[in-house]
Amino acid sequence: MAVSVTRNRFLSADFEAKQQRTSVSSEIFVKWLLIFLGAAFLFVMLILPLVLVGFEALAKGWDAYLAALTEPFARKAFLLTAEATVIAVLLNVVFGLASAWLLTKFDFRGKAVLGSLIDLPFAISPVVAGLFFIMLFGRMSPIYQTLQDLHVAVVFAVPGIILATVFVTFPFITRELVPVMEAQGRSEEEAAATMGAGGWTIFRRVTLPNIKWGLIYGIILCTARAMGEFGAVSVVSGHIRGKTNTLPLHIEILYNEYNFTAAFAVASILVFLAILILVLRNLVEWKLERKSERSGNHGL
Amino acid sequence: MGSSGKVIPGFHFTMGITFFYLSLIFLLPLVAFVFFASGMGWEKFIDKAFEYRIVHGYWMSFSCALAAAVINSFFGLLLAWILVRYDFPGKRIMDGLIDLPFALPTAVAGIALTTLYVETGWMGQFLYALGIPSAFSAVGITIALVFVGIPFVTRSVQPVLKDLEPEIEEAAAILGAGKWLTFRKVIFPELVAPLLTGFALAFARGIGEYGSVVFIAGNTPFETEIAPLLIMTELEQFDYQAAAAIAIVMLVLSFLILLSINGYQRYRIRKQGV
Repeated sequence: MAVSVTRNRFLSADFEAKQQRTSVSSEIFVKWLLIFLGAAFLFVMLILPLVLVGFEALAKGWDAYLAALTEPFARKAFLLTAEATVIAVLLNVVFGLASAWLLTKFDFRGKAVLGSLIDLPFAISPVVAGLFFIMLFGRMSPIYQTLQDLHVAVVFAVPGIILATVFVTFPFITRELVPVMEAQGRSEEEAAATMGAGGWTIFRRVTLPNIKWGLIYGIILCTARAMGEFGAVSVVSGHIRGKTNTLPLHIEILYNEYNFTAAFAVASILVFLAILILVLRNLVEWKLERKSERSGNHGL
Repeated sequence: MGSSGKVIPGFHFTMGITFFYLSLIFLLPLVAFVFFASGMGWEKFIDKAFEYRIVHGYWMSFSCALAAAVINSFFGLLLAWILVRYDFPGKRIMDGLIDLPFALPTAVAGIALTTLYVETGWMGQFLYALGIPSAFSAVGITIALVFVGIPFVTRSVQPVLKDLEPEIEEAAAILGAGKWLTFRKVIFPELVAPLLTGFALAFARGIGEYGSVVFIAGNTPFETEIAPLLIMTELEQFDYQAAAAIAIVMLVLSFLILLSINGYQRYRIRKQGV
């Protein structure tokens, strides 16, 4: 009896070990299979298009590449994109800070409605957003004649491009700031206010240092979207070369003229900027993580 | 009401800025649009918005966006899983790369994907050989929409997966459940909510997407025209009413998607609460 029991125990231990070994090796197999699938998907969908842009841009050599970039229309398009992006980001920083302060430091009726109102542009197609501005400032608008008399052009002009860019980007900074400020709470600001600090001082000395990285993060996302916006800007721009052409629109025109090398050369600038934005984004995210870890430890 | 009882200053100031800005940038254009569109009347709206060519455009946008969102749900879940659960070389780069579609202008993605997937392109030559027309077709539109939708599912599943408590899985393993069973019965149910959120965001984005699609779509009437492109076409012909009618249908469609997902989330929370 005793012998058979020990034998059984040996057998089962052996069996278990074997089972464990096969399950570990199959687990490793599954792991690398999944990683391979994910990597292959990202390679085909994301890396390949980037490589192609570089490849096509340099297809006719460096001289053609540089010529496409320094051509006057390309330069003007670059300047207009820079102008629209800077203005949109600046305006959205002011709005983002004000609305995030309003949404996190106070309780008032209609707060939830206001929050979802700010998120709404994400659900609206950029082309439809552009259409909104055509309806407001275009030929069928009731204020069109007045604008005409004042010699103010909005649609098919630079102001329209800036407005459309602002529209599609305005939720970004608020969205990043609200969770950060919510987590921060109100006690520090309340303490400062009780000690007699004014609103501006509280913001500069108490709030801003806490939300600095969240703000930068929002600015990065806003910049990315602003410089690349196509649909909304396309509707309001009228595609006037050298006047209302942003970089993405310039790329479209070159591409439709079968001037592929030039189109990809200009596109390569935007690819470079996009990669720069990704790197910055990850750096800031890393900073944010480290900060939250530190403050977490502090709390303990 | 005033700010009585509020210690922190700036209520009126920030409220003023927020409302002024929202009105100017958002509400005023919206009101102008509604004002213009309501002048059209029902009959004209039905007439303009549901012409056969236009309806085909909604169908293209809707079906391709749906297909792309399904594909992205699968790969998004897979990517979130390997990024949270596994360690491997290049993981940080992979994680950072996932946001590329947010950072890369859609027009750039559009021309790059088109060049890749035309018959002579790097990818197209293989797909066409297999009998798959990968450019200027519904397949091409779906490829472009997969591109723009990649980050949504991954980014909404990732944090939830990270915060799952390992104890439940350990319990399942001790009770003898295999890895696959544990995933199906223990982990996956927790991921349904973020998966749906990501799916809905990708879907809604896909329906409205324009820049990355116009190049690869080919824009053949009755075949590969998408709804946003039809708005552009109507605008170029100065048919503002038709453009507004299409826009209304699209707005309703994307709000319905977001509302139903919100409703479902709330229903789930209530059910779990009980």
